[in-house]
Amino acid sequence: MLLDALTLQLGYNATLVAIGAALLGTAAGITGTFLFLRKRALVSDAVSHATLPGVCIAFLLMALAGGDGRNLAGLLLGSAVSAGIGLWCMNWLTRNTRLAEDAAIGAVLSVFFGFGIVLLTVIQTLGVGRQAGLEGFLLGSTAGMLYSDALVIAAGGAVTLLLVLLTRRPMTLVAFDPEYAAARGLPVDRIDLLMMGLVMAVTVVGLKIVGLILIVALLIIPAVTARFWSERSDRVVLLAGLFGGIAAYIGAALSASAPNLPTGPIIVLVSFALFALSLLLAPNRGVLAAMLRHMRFQRRVHLRQGLLALAQGQAIYESLTLRLLRRAGLLRADGVATAKGRARAAKALRDERRWEVVRGDVTQEAAAALYDGLRDIETVLTVDQIQEIDRRIDGPREVLS
Amino acid sequence: MSLDAANSLIENRVVAGLDQDAKIAQSPLAVRGLTVSYGEKPAVFSVDMTVEPGQMTAIIGPNGAGKSTLLKAALGIVAPISGRVTIFGRPLAEQRARIAYVPQRASVDWDFPTRVIDVVLMGLYRELGLLGRIKGNHRARALDCLSRVGMADFATRQIGQLSGGQQQRVFLARALAQGADLYLLDEPFAGVDAATEKAIISVLKSLRAAGKTVVVVHHDLATVAEYFDNVFLINTRRVAEGPVAEAFSEESLQVAYGGRLAATQIDQLARG
Repeated sequence: MLLDALTLQLGYNATLVAIGAALLGTAAGITGTFLFLRKRALVSDAVSHATLPGVCIAFLLMALAGGDGRNLAGLLLGSAVSAGIGLWCMNWLTRNTRLAEDAAIGAVLSVFFGFGIVLLTVIQTLGVGRQAGLEGFLLGSTAGMLYSDALVIAAGGAVTLLLVLLTRRPMTLVAFDPEYAAARGLPVDRIDLLMMGLVMAVTVVGLKIVGLILIVALLIIPAVTARFWSERSDRVVLLAGLFGGIAAYIGAALSASAPNLPTGPIIVLVSFALFALSLLLAPNRGVLAAMLRHMRFQRRVHLRQGLLALAQGQAIYESLTLRLLRRAGLLRADGVATAKGRARAAKALRDERRWEVVRGDVTQEAAAALYDGLRDIETVLTVDQIQEIDRRIDGPREVLS
Repeated sequence: MSLDAANSLIENRVVAGLDQDAKIAQSPLAVRGLTVSYGEKPAVFSVDMTVEPGQMTAIIGPNGAGKSTLLKAALGIVAPISGRVTIFGRPLAEQRARIAYVPQRASVDWDFPTRVIDVVLMGLYRELGLLGRIKGNHRARALDCLSRVGMADFATRQIGQLSGGQQQRVFLARALAQGADLYLLDEPFAGVDAATEKAIISVLKSLRAAGKTVVVVHHDLATVAEYFDNVFLINTRRVAEGPVAEAFSEESLQVAYGGRLAATQIDQLARG
């Protein structure tokens, strides 16, 4: 059943949902990365919650006008207007009062969402035209998705991606160094506004599939996941798009493969699974890699300390140090250094002296920066450079009384 | 006052105005009547400044005297309450491409996913435009700028892995990549190592030798005479402006720093 879903064999509606979700996931991942890099991730949560009153009011207006209250384009238009008002309120609060951004986010989020819930209840008690499905905007519902709905989502996602492509450089510059960006004449405020506009577009487009409560996850989790895998912002952006698309596709397929599985929450869980895997397994920033690095580092420190102690005839008390030295064949079982051990120890001591010379020399700054008291000097300097250093160490010195 | 006396006064002013205009037209950075305020306390009040072309100028003054604010207002990063800024005699908006700015290190998130060379490539932002691809010659130029500050070996490191002084040099390399005529640096020597200070000052001197103008917000009074041609002393208001030999005097330091420097210190510095 799941395999059928993943290969788009589950029928027309499931296929529509899976493709729409993948597009939305990609757009959200890419847009969300800029938000994450600008450190304004939570703003998107307020924006998404601020959509609810707009959805309800649009429904009421369309129903009162005698049309179908559930027209998706109409509902999305309403949600965009009210999200825009929410965004404006947040900007106004942070700029014109002493409230910090987090306080403004909290205020806008709760007030707009509360108002939306009141409207939702009113609609239900009024019994205006076929209101069923409006709650679907809270957590996403894909059961009755139409071809026209999918088209709206696809078009919205595509426009968003195009805009990101056009503005990725200014947005990156503003996220990294807003002061420098302003000094170069970039309109920082307008670029921030555009970024928020893009987030709003993704939110509005994603309401139907993921729902307003969880859309923030689609914007932020892929970006955070991608950050584990690269130190370059352009790659983080692309990877976030990829992760977002994959998570949304798999999530949509999963939810279609069994009855009554909610699409939005499943997508978020798949997204989280990718995050957890990255957290554990990423090569540089991952937890396992960090643990391994720490263990390896600890061993190198112990071995080096042991060698220097041997060279200077000091006693070694650390059992790990002794174990490592014995295992490397540098120390006999009775605690006496082997010939190899003595040679390595002498070399370690000599490297220390050489490093001292390198670190005292301004012209060797790049090499000196690599000094950690652990690595062999040959891995940093050429044979010629080392010979030059040795001449300086062994050369004629001042005679001390 | 007689009518004649009043007329001649006005005439004098007009003449002075024309003289001023000529100066402004030549100056890489001229500021007139600039007031910047955070809240309702002016950080910079009615300041005039005329930077000399092709020279190195230090902006000095005590903490909170408005040094950085003056620079930021000149660059349009903060909006002034009043005043006029001209760059080579023209409005700032027309002359952006001729200015390179090196902000304070603290203004940036150093865990940002970007490598040293990517930061320098940001200096080529204007040339690359919105969609232009980064090509080999762009990279070569970025590397060249990095080697001018002695950082070419670090090109592919993530910026957070550098020391403070190295980060400062990368910022300078990014400014170099812009190929500007006017360089504005905000406290480039704050908290950096001696090697960095030397590297930065030698780059700045080479810029001056190439006819560029350099303006530095500076905090170390002891090196002013050694590094700079001109000083601009500020303490919210302009205190003194001119060649180091004239403007960096006991009286003006006394006015700018007031009780914050001991009289003996001021005496020593002014004698240089």
